[in-house]
Amino acid sequence: MLRDGSVKAMPGLNHHTNARSAPVAIRTRDLNLWYGQFQALFDVNLNIKRGIITALIGPSGCGKTTLLRSVNRINERIDGVRTTGTIEVMDEDIYASGVELLQVRKQIGMVFQRPNPLPISIRDNVLFGYRIHTPKETLRHSDEDAIVEQALRQVLLWDEVKDSLHKKATGLSLEKQQKLCIARLLPVKPEVLLMDEPCSALDPKGTEAVEELIWELRGDYSILIVTHNMAQARRASDECIFMLLGKVIEHTATDKMFVTPDRPETADYIEGRYG
Amino acid sequence: MFASSELNQRNRNRERVFRVLFGTMTALLVLPVIIILVTLVVKGGPVISVEFLFGNPTNGMTAGGIFPALLGTVWLVLVALLASVPLGVAAAIYLSEYAADNWFTRAINLAIINLAGVPSIVHALFGLGAFVVFFGLGTSILAASLTLAIMTLPVVIVATREALQAVPQSFREACWNMGATRWQTIHRVVLPNAITGVLTGVILEVSRTAGETAPIMFTGAAFFLPFLPQSVFDQTMALSLHLFVVSTQVPGMPEQLPFGVALVLIGIVLIMNSLSIALRMYLRGKKKW
Repeated sequence: MLRDGSVKAMPGLNHHTNARSAPVAIRTRDLNLWYGQFQALFDVNLNIKRGIITALIGPSGCGKTTLLRSVNRINERIDGVRTTGTIEVMDEDIYASGVELLQVRKQIGMVFQRPNPLPISIRDNVLFGYRIHTPKETLRHSDEDAIVEQALRQVLLWDEVKDSLHKKATGLSLEKQQKLCIARLLPVKPEVLLMDEPCSALDPKGTEAVEELIWELRGDYSILIVTHNMAQARRASDECIFMLLGKVIEHTATDKMFVTPDRPETADYIEGRYG
Repeated sequence: MFASSELNQRNRNRERVFRVLFGTMTALLVLPVIIILVTLVVKGGPVISVEFLFGNPTNGMTAGGIFPALLGTVWLVLVALLASVPLGVAAAIYLSEYAADNWFTRAINLAIINLAGVPSIVHALFGLGAFVVFFGLGTSILAASLTLAIMTLPVVIVATREALQAVPQSFREACWNMGATRWQTIHRVVLPNAITGVLTGVILEVSRTAGETAPIMFTGAAFFLPFLPQSVFDQTMALSLHLFVVSTQVPGMPEQLPFGVALVLIGIVLIMNSLSIALRMYLRGKKKW
């Protein structure tokens, strides 16, 4: 954590890029979570870096989705969930009193396993979040056109849907629906994107396309992605977090995790000895 | 190899028995409706004329038209809708979208369903006590319509709640996760997709409201009035009560007149329903998933 302030003051400076000094997007401290009597997370301490893609891997039930859902406070909607410890996003405690939940949801976008476009037009889907978070008086049709085009271009969907912006989003193929679900997060300029197995409902071609898109967004957003797919984690992430039974076992660069993992549990999982 | 075995024959016979059984039951169900409609059209049809629809009753109601009653029924239904639809839809939205699922909301839901089972004469007495006497509305269209509204509220609430719950939860999740409030979610996504179901509830309500007699007898409907109602604070005639009166209370009534009144009553319900059915079809055409 050296010279944090001075680094910010000199954006051109190419400071140390090792794990200790890179700015953190999501920081958890002693995070424990219970569903009723069942403890799903044990003392999770993570520093997830800004501007890169971090993959969360681990066998089913290891708590990776629970962890993901804690980061934008969706878990609160489930009865009987209890959390201790802290989660900071962009250096702010999201569970602090005085935090506006609607801002948390705006700044931290979420993409789900099954694409869930709203049953309205493609254009209205892209603008949904923007319209909610923009005062009515300042909404301009011309701005909206530009926003729609920019967001759809960012998710590599513009050329395919530019002539059918007024068609229902629910009529698109799953791959395009998922891209649209990512596109509609972008106009409100979130800091962090959370993705819960975003490709698991897609065919191999769709998976490839969405992975490519996620890679395109790298740098502009801090992305945390849960995946079951080892190959995907390896292809499409900078760092990897391996979880087992609610605990973080290893958090390291993806290249290293898949070649020389530190922990035997990680090696076993990656090599497919359990899953 | 493909010859029919004895077992095949037995199964086939049994199949025929059940097919005939269920078909007969359906026919028995439809038969009364057809008989009623045919009787009404055959016996009541000749009575229908412009004078009958738009004239005043004369000769102690044994001749002339039924316009005051016809207009009265339209008034009663419209005012009842005006009261019960906003109230019922709002209550259903609260119960379905805001209230937590606990013993209290479950008790409220149970109470609503029980309210639907209360006999209409009890609603009539409640309306008499509450609206006519306590709130001092007197016997008037307003008091009668409010009584009808209370009686049909459960239908509206239950239909609306079911329509809301038929909207996939994933739509709400998607909205909430973008930082939409409950209200933004409801009015931008949930309600537009539930509106056809809400209209179904309204259709059911219209049918029931137009036909009810007991609740309006003490609260606003009169046997005979020589003038049309000028405002909601006046009494009115109504088709359902008029039908009761001409069928049972007046000696020397031409045989066909009550059939004519019944036919008009059914016709009015049909017209009001087809309006909302048309609206529902229009909205369903625009339905988005």
